[in-house]
Amino acid sequence: MVSIGCVIKNPGNSRNNKTGSWRTFKPILDKEKCIDCDNCILFCPDGSVNKQHDIDYDYCKGCGICANECPSDAIEMVKE
Amino acid sequence: MVDIPDKDLLAPGHRGCAGCGASIAVKLALNALGENTVAISATGCLEVMTTPYPESSWEVPFIHVAFENSGAVASGVESALRIQGKDDVNVVAFGGDGGTVDIGLQSLSGAMERGHNMLYICYDNEAYMNTGIQRSGATPYGASTTTSPNGTASFGEDKPKKNMPMIMAAHGIPYVATASIAYPEDYVNKVKKAAETKGAAYIHLQQPCTTGWGYPSEKTIEMGRLAVETGSWILYEIVDGKFEITYRPEERKPVKEYLAPQKRFRHLDEEHIEKIQKYVDAECKELGL
Repeated sequence: MVSIGCVIKNPGNSRNNKTGSWRTFKPILDKEKCIDCDNCILFCPDGSVNKQHDIDYDYCKGCGICANECPSDAIEMVKE
Repeated sequence: MVDIPDKDLLAPGHRGCAGCGASIAVKLALNALGENTVAISATGCLEVMTTPYPESSWEVPFIHVAFENSGAVASGVESALRIQGKDDVNVVAFGGDGGTVDIGLQSLSGAMERGHNMLYICYDNEAYMNTGIQRSGATPYGASTTTSPNGTASFGEDKPKKNMPMIMAAHGIPYVATASIAYPEDYVNKVKKAAETKGAAYIHLQQPCTTGWGYPSEKTIEMGRLAVETGSWILYEIVDGKFEITYRPEERKPVKEYLAPQKRFRHLDEEHIEKIQKYVDAECKELGL
């Protein structure tokens, strides 16, 4: 049922759409090597890295920006 | 350092391509503006990928309008809030390069001229990416798109990029800036400064596009950085008419380093690259980079 004016009343409900299924390569973070620069958080197009640098594989599309922008090579892209 | 919020105001699950630069742009802007924000978006990649009905990635009030009137709708939202005495709400409009430099130019020009207390951010990926990579006024010289293809009869886009930030500056508004997603600290500072400005503010943000530019998805930020390091994209701000460069590359790299990794420029011969280098050199000289 389409709401009046096509209003969407649940902000952020795109979370229902688990885009992790798009992934071919999976980023694996080695926290020992992490220097807390936060590049992976800032540059993630899918908001899939939290403050503790945990990667949310429900939404990560495996673009590889985090691994490419990591100054300490702490993130490795591994084939699913 | 850029503050990291506990929760992004652009939710995941959106349909942006893997490595999408527009979602990085909007996520950083919304996080900088905070929850007390109303967002307006012209038609474009951003609107299509973040609001496939009945889902939305927006954690703040959001209105999608037509391609040509995000400036007008943002004006209306700002006026309505002002009349209700809600002066502390940020009104931000997003438009792609198509929705800003081509189709939305008239309503944006009006909004800027009337001096509404709002921020307009153009996320510029240099063509109509959502509909299949057609050229826009913001497509740079030499780029191959589906409507300026390279081949026997054409070498790609034959006109330089429209200088939109300077067109906005010519409106005499208090804040105009260029930015890049590859320099988040610079960008976020500009968004905050624009939000604090009383009156109309405009940010022109370069945002590399993996699909339209033809580079691997992990290189979105790298491409943005190369654009700035080669002087192809210059970071500056104009505050109350005063122009200032906000980032200077230590040594300007040859423009070829920026062009070569991109499929849209791969067909260019030395003659065209030389022409682009000259164009970039002239622009850098003019702006004092």
